[in-house]
Amino acid sequence: MIEWIKNPWPWYIGGPLIGLSVPLLLIFGNKRLGVSSSLRHICAICFPGNIQFFKYDWKREMWNLFFVFGIAAGAFLAVTLLSNHQPINVNPKLVSELKDYGINDYSKLAPPDIFNWSSLFTVKGFVLMVVGGFLIGFGTRYAGGCTSGHSIMGLSNLQWPSLVATICFMIGGIVMANFILPSILRI
Amino acid sequence: METIVVKNSFVEKLNTDFEVRSLDSVCINTSVLKHPWWYNIKYMVAGLLFGIVLVKTEVISWFRIQEMFRFQSFHMYGVIGSAVLTAMMSVWLIKKFRIKTIYGEPIQLYKIRFSKGQVYGGLLFGFGWAMTGACPGPLFALIGSGTTVIIVTLLSAIAGTWVYGFFREKLPH
Repeated sequence: MIEWIKNPWPWYIGGPLIGLSVPLLLIFGNKRLGVSSSLRHICAICFPGNIQFFKYDWKREMWNLFFVFGIAAGAFLAVTLLSNHQPINVNPKLVSELKDYGINDYSKLAPPDIFNWSSLFTVKGFVLMVVGGFLIGFGTRYAGGCTSGHSIMGLSNLQWPSLVATICFMIGGIVMANFILPSILRI
Repeated sequence: METIVVKNSFVEKLNTDFEVRSLDSVCINTSVLKHPWWYNIKYMVAGLLFGIVLVKTEVISWFRIQEMFRFQSFHMYGVIGSAVLTAMMSVWLIKKFRIKTIYGEPIQLYKIRFSKGQVYGGLLFGFGWAMTGACPGPLFALIGSGTTVIIVTLLSAIAGTWVYGFFREKLPH
């Protein structure tokens, strides 16, 4: 059993468990699954400036920050206690493509060849980590939600604007991964 | 005079709440109950389980995200698809049986209003998702999993959110 847990979980176990977070949060207290809002709450708490968008009663939304703190803690537990530390097994086509960009280390969830502190000060690392992060924050708030808020919560409640958002997430990702990212990784 | 002031601030507060609720698909807190802060610990436990699943299914892996966007693996589509189906069935059951929260409040679900932001913002977030291999949830999970440099990515995402708030009135919606 514990060996089974330590292996990566198949999609048909993990997917439904992720989906169950929706009713769990609703039943706990009428909370709707969403992670990107936490970024807005952090802005509202730390630097609201004089911006109307950040002036609201964030104390009511504190649950969301407890939730994201839990995510980080859960990830820590999963990696330290529930993992067998095997390299990630990906499609051989991807392996050979990434080899051309000098990415060979599959020991962590994010490739250590790019996502490390020293590469932060290279053009490639800066673009991927800092510009990429900026686009996540700007894009999700502009779209009014992220993968959890639109693609899981919104779709589960049959909201068509969430479907539009989800399709756009995918188009953006497909364009970036296939047509733009290769040039960035070659830098 | 005093009543007018109170009334105005009440209206302003309502409007702000309206903004939080109508434009966001997420984090709509429809509970009217006031609880001490430690009632929030249960959401931390929910997050803890969510974080464990994100790591164990490898959905926070940059490699899995690259596979997904290159159509080289079914894994991510399976995860997202089955998550949506499970959530959809749960929401349907909640509506059908009018299930209440553990505090007895009726569960409310809100409509999401369409805005052009879902297109423009969606595309921009898609770029960021493919670059970092993470969406907001996985950012927190990656930090917890030990890739500490993602703290910088998270700070940058917070900056992106702030810049959006700053230019919001000038952007097409």
